[in-house]
Parts: sequence; structure tokens; C-alpha cells
Amino acid sequence: MAIEHELETIDLHINVGPQHPATHGVFRMILTVDGEKVVDCDPVIGYMHRGAEKLSENCDYRQAIGYQDRTEYLAQFNAEWTYCLAVEKLMGLQVPERAEYIRVILGELNRVASHLMFMGAFGTDVGFFGTPFMYAFREREVIQDFFEAITGERMMYNYFRPGGVAWDVPPDFVEQCRYVVNHVRRGVEELDALMTDNEVFMARCRGLSPVTPEQAINWGFSGPMLRACGLKHDLRRAEPYSIYDRFDFEIPTGTQGDVYDRYLVRMEEMKQALRIVEQALEQMPPHGPIMAEGLKRTIRVPPGEVYARTESPRGEYGVYLVSKGGDKPWRLKIRSAAFSNLSALKNLVVGNYVADAIIILGSIDIVLCEVDR
Amino acid sequence: MIGDNAWLDAFVRILAIAAGVPVAVIVLNYLERKVVGRIQNRLGPMRVGPYGTLQAVADTIKLLTKEDVRPTTADRWAFELAPYVVVVPTIVAMAALPFTQDLWVRNLGLALFFILAVSTVSIVGFLMAGWGSDNKYAILGAMRSAAQLISYEIPLVMAAVAVAMVAHVDGGRGSLNLIEIVEGQGRVPYLIWQPLAFFIFTVAAVAELYRQPFDIPVAESEVVGGPLVEYSGMRWAMFMMGEYVNLVLLSVLASLVFLGGWNWPLGDEVGPALQVPLMVIKVSAFILFFFWVRAALPRLRIDQLMAYSWQVLLPLAFYQIVVNGLALVYEWPDVALGALSAVGTMVAIYLTYKAVRRPVRRPAPVTQRVEV
Repeated sequence: MAIEHELETIDLHINVGPQHPATHGVFRMILTVDGEKVVDCDPVIGYMHRGAEKLSENCDYRQAIGYQDRTEYLAQFNAEWTYCLAVEKLMGLQVPERAEYIRVILGELNRVASHLMFMGAFGTDVGFFGTPFMYAFREREVIQDFFEAITGERMMYNYFRPGGVAWDVPPDFVEQCRYVVNHVRRGVEELDALMTDNEVFMARCRGLSPVTPEQAINWGFSGPMLRACGLKHDLRRAEPYSIYDRFDFEIPTGTQGDVYDRYLVRMEEMKQALRIVEQALEQMPPHGPIMAEGLKRTIRVPPGEVYARTESPRGEYGVYLVSKGGDKPWRLKIRSAAFSNLSALKNLVVGNYVADAIIILGSIDIVLCEVDR
Repeated sequence: MIGDNAWLDAFVRILAIAAGVPVAVIVLNYLERKVVGRIQNRLGPMRVGPYGTLQAVADTIKLLTKEDVRPTTADRWAFELAPYVVVVPTIVAMAALPFTQDLWVRNLGLALFFILAVSTVSIVGFLMAGWGSDNKYAILGAMRSAAQLISYEIPLVMAAVAVAMVAHVDGGRGSLNLIEIVEGQGRVPYLIWQPLAFFIFTVAAVAELYRQPFDIPVAESEVVGGPLVEYSGMRWAMFMMGEYVNLVLLSVLASLVFLGGWNWPLGDEVGPALQVPLMVIKVSAFILFFFWVRAALPRLRIDQLMAYSWQVLLPLAFYQIVVNGLALVYEWPDVALGALSAVGTMVAIYLTYKAVRRPVRRPAPVTQRVEV
């Protein structure tokens, strides 16, 4: 009589994070793997939660700007901008022309810096031995030096104010900025040449975790994650805030919605952002006010509620602001693109290999401070 | 034999290996950091010693003085012996490796076989490290390294065998003696007559060395060092040493078997004064190639790596062996051999190209639709 032996196997749980080189901060995903295949993924967030929203409610309207920097620490200008837009909408402030141009230039350069950070980190995730990281950071450093020259800070700029910007830019702003744009453009092209056509890179990224446009909308994607699926939705075009209707730029979209498309969209977005900066430098008035008129030192916002949203490098960054009068926000809610994009992680990861789970997580381009707030 | 004393002779030869290997590792470590640094727009080590030349020495001292940590739940013997099992075979294999016509430790008749067989043992060490560490990343990495080495050892051996089959020796063909293989190449290295074997050997060698794009078992961003994750201090350094010794081993082997070793195309009789620089140049070229590939390529996935090995490299290695066998039976000239092998190389490159540029699968349609 034949005895059938059945080997008892159990799935292996792997704790990726919160201290893991590929989690970009303190994100944790509990992977259940069967061999090399992921059968379940349980994302755990909250390690970086500091209550930025609640803290903002205890600061006056200018102090709260700093929390925006700390929330979205790779695209600080974009976050500040959204917050300022919300306050300006409630107060009905008219931002001077020159300040708008400064905001566009800094915001777009910040987009490039954020995407460069993505390129470096993503390259490391895919398995490069740090080469794209070094290439990307060399360019990012130029941008950061430029920001430092303007704001005096390398990370927490705290430069945009409701009604304009905090102080005027240095006299050689345009020349400096042109140098930065030219330098970064060359660097982006080098990075493009290093990664985009790399056969191994393509073999890893193409066709990985494709997302249909319907799924993308259902899961609340925005930004490059959404555009990679082929949906041409960019808030700078869809509802032009600030002065974005004056610039000529393309909205890159992908076709498959896979990891490679997400990468390509970001690569192209950097080039388009530099185009916008160049146009803004052409059009920018050389002199003029940089702050709305009639603003007191302490801002008092009339009662009401408002939702302002902008296209941050990771997608739709929104600030929902409720004021009951007075000098402090009554409620401040941040709509984080990274959080919405990350929430689909399980759908994207399950069924793929462990190695791919890392790449997929990298392709979402999360900023944990923004997710946890 | 030195001084007609077998013991003294053995002692000197062992000393040569034992002293040479760590020095080579330290030099290579420094060179790799410098070369990769330059590729990445950095300077590399610059602080310790002039141009950072003493950095690797300083790191060695640091590793020597570091605490040797062993997880309490680790399997003690497997964990502590694993580094030796990795590093000893590679050093033993060095003993059979000729560096020039007269500079070798042992001239074995089966040198090629011996080297390939002995250096494979190190896989056991990786499995022991992965199992003994009692760490999930480590066991995942160990399983990957086992799968990878089994897949790539076969094409590597096949490519070497193909050359050994047709190696010219006095009065016939076929030899496993590395010195005979080198002597048989003369002015034209086997790279010309066996390009396919060279291609397969090089790709498999990168996989053997756990270097990008085949650093899957130790993938830093996935399994955080794989089997090495729990090691510290000198035990960790021994894994690194094994890696660098393997790098030298495979580079020298490839130079001997495929690039004609100490021969060159400009003359038949090469004196010892020229043999050393010729070997240094050839071996350095290989080592630099490995450094360059490491800095320029990302990592493959384990299934892609296996598929590439079993579906592309292995059939083509068999093709090379069949062609060489036919050449032996029907006494084809080397030119015919080279042409057939070149055709195989074209096929290999085409298949590699097709594998990465395959059309992308469309995402499956979803049933649940929403209004845009």
C-alpha cells in the first residue's frame, strides 16, 4: 500500500520595514510569501504620524506654513503653495504678478528636485549600485543650493506666504536660475541615457503591475501614477491655478500604467517643468511688489471653508481649510496624493515577486511624512 | 621543488597563496571603490593615506577589531563555519591557477576541472549561512543563491569544457591542463574560435560573482544582504574576501582560457619579462569589466535569471559542445569552428535582446466601471 506523504508547508511572513532600505522612510509592509511570490501584503503606516493637521490648528496662519514643509518634505514649495492658495481663496487676496512667477519657478524646480529624488531612490530599488542616485543627487544639489540662496534654508524653506512670498529674490535671480536650468537639463539627459534604455531596467519594469484607467480612478490615483495609465489629468491644465494658463507645456501620459510608464512620465515631467521655468523666466517682470497689499502682520481670515488643490510631484495635494474667523485655522485637512496612491499597494503587489514588490512600492514614490502627517 | 625539501617547498607555496590572497583582496577593494566612484561622479576614498590608498587597510583593521555577533537563536556551528566554507574553496582553487608559464603553485593535469569543481563548494557555505542565521531575509537569500549557482554553474562549466575539448596540444586536441590550453592558443586566442563559449562564460561568471545584474542573493534593496545579513566583523569580511578571490580566480581563468594567457598576437615565444605585464593587462581588463558592469546595470529578477540560464545559455552551451564534437570527429579547421560559434553568439545576443524587448502584456479588463 502506498503511503502518501504530504509535506506540510507554511507561508513565510516577511517584515519589510519599518527599518528596511527600500521602504523610503518608516513604512512597513508585512509580506506573506510563498517561495518568491507574494500572496498577501499588509501595509502598516503611522510611524511618522505627528499630528501636523492638529498642530496647525494651534498656530496662526503664518506659523502653519512650516508644517506644510515638514509634511511634504520633498516638494516643500508645492505644499506651501497649496496652503497659501487656500488662505488666499478665503481672504480673496490678489497675489502680485512677480510673486506668482517666483512661485511658479520655485514650484517647478521643486518638482524637478522631487522627481530627481525619485529617480535616485527608484534606481537603487531596481538594483543599481548607486549610480543613478549619484547622478540624480548631483543635479538635486544644484537646485538645493539655488533654493538656499533664495530662502536661506535647504529643506524647510518656509518662503511662501498668503498673499505672496516672504521676501524678494536676489538681484541675480534670473541668471542663477538659468544656470540651474541648463545644468539640470544636462543632468536629466544623462540620467535618461543611463536608465531609460537600459535593457535590464526595461526587463524589470515593463509590464509590471499594469493598472487600467478605471482601476486608477477607482483607487483614487493622481499625479504621475494616474497619468501613466493614459489619463491626461493634470491640475495645472484641468483647473489652472496661479498663472499656469500662460505657459506652453505638454502633459506626458503613459499607455500601460505599468512601473515603466510611471518612470517615463516622471522623466518627461522633469523636462516639461524645466520648460515652464524657462518660459517663466522670460515673462517674469523684473521689478514689482511681491506681497499683496493691505495685509497686516497677523492674518485674520473671514469665516468659511475652502478646498485648494495643486499638482504636486506626487499628484493632487489638497488643503481643506475651515475658518471661524480669528487668526488660527479651525480645521486644516491635508489631502495627500502619496497616501491615496499608496492605498492601492496591496492590489498592485499581490501575485508578484518579492523583488517586484519593492519596485512597485518605489514606483509609487511615497513620502512617509505626507502619508502619515 | 625548492631546496630539494618537500616540506619547505610546500611551505613556501602555501605561504605565497596565503600572503598573496589578502593583499590582492585589499588592493581590489580599494580599486573597486575608486573605479565605481569615478563612474558615479565621486572621488571614492580620499581620506586615509594619499588618495585614500590606505582606506582598505583601515577597514580591515576595523573589521578585525569588531565584535563578532552571533544571534542567540542562530544554529551555532552552521553560522560560525559558513564563512570558512565560502572562503577556503576559493583559496584552494587558486593553488591550481597558473599566472604565467612558470609562476604557479601546482601544475595539475586536471587544473580546469579542479578549479571549477572546488570553487563550487562555496555554495554550501552560503546555504549554511542562510540557514544558520535564523533570519528570514537570510534564508530567502540563501535559497536564491542556491538556485542561481545551480543554474549558472552548468553553462559556466559547459563553456569551459567546450574550449578544453578543442584545445590544441602536441599531437592532437583536448586538454584540461591550463598551461597546455594556453600554450595551444599561440597567436590566436580561443576568443576568436570560440566566441560563444566566451560569451556564456563571461555572463555566467558575473552570476557566479553575485555582481549586478546578478546580485539577486545579496540584493541590498530586497533581502538586505541575504545570507550575510547577520554577520559582522571578520566573519563578514571573510565573505567579502571570498567574493574578491573569486573575482580574481574567474578573471585569471577567463584570461587563460579565452584570451591566450601570456601569449600575444605579435610573436610566438614570449619571455617571462613580457608574460607578467600581458597577464596583468588581460586580468585587469576582466576585473575592470566586472566593476563597470556592476556600476552600470540594475538587478534582474530571480525568475528572469533562471529563464535566461536554462532557456538561452544552456542550450547554446550544448550547441557549442556539439559543434566542437563534430569538429573533432570530422577534423574541421579552426575557421569553421569560429564561424559556427560566431553564429551561435549572434543567436545568443538576439535572444537576449528579444527577451528584454518582448511586447508588454495588456492589463486585464476590469468589470467594475466608473464614470470618468
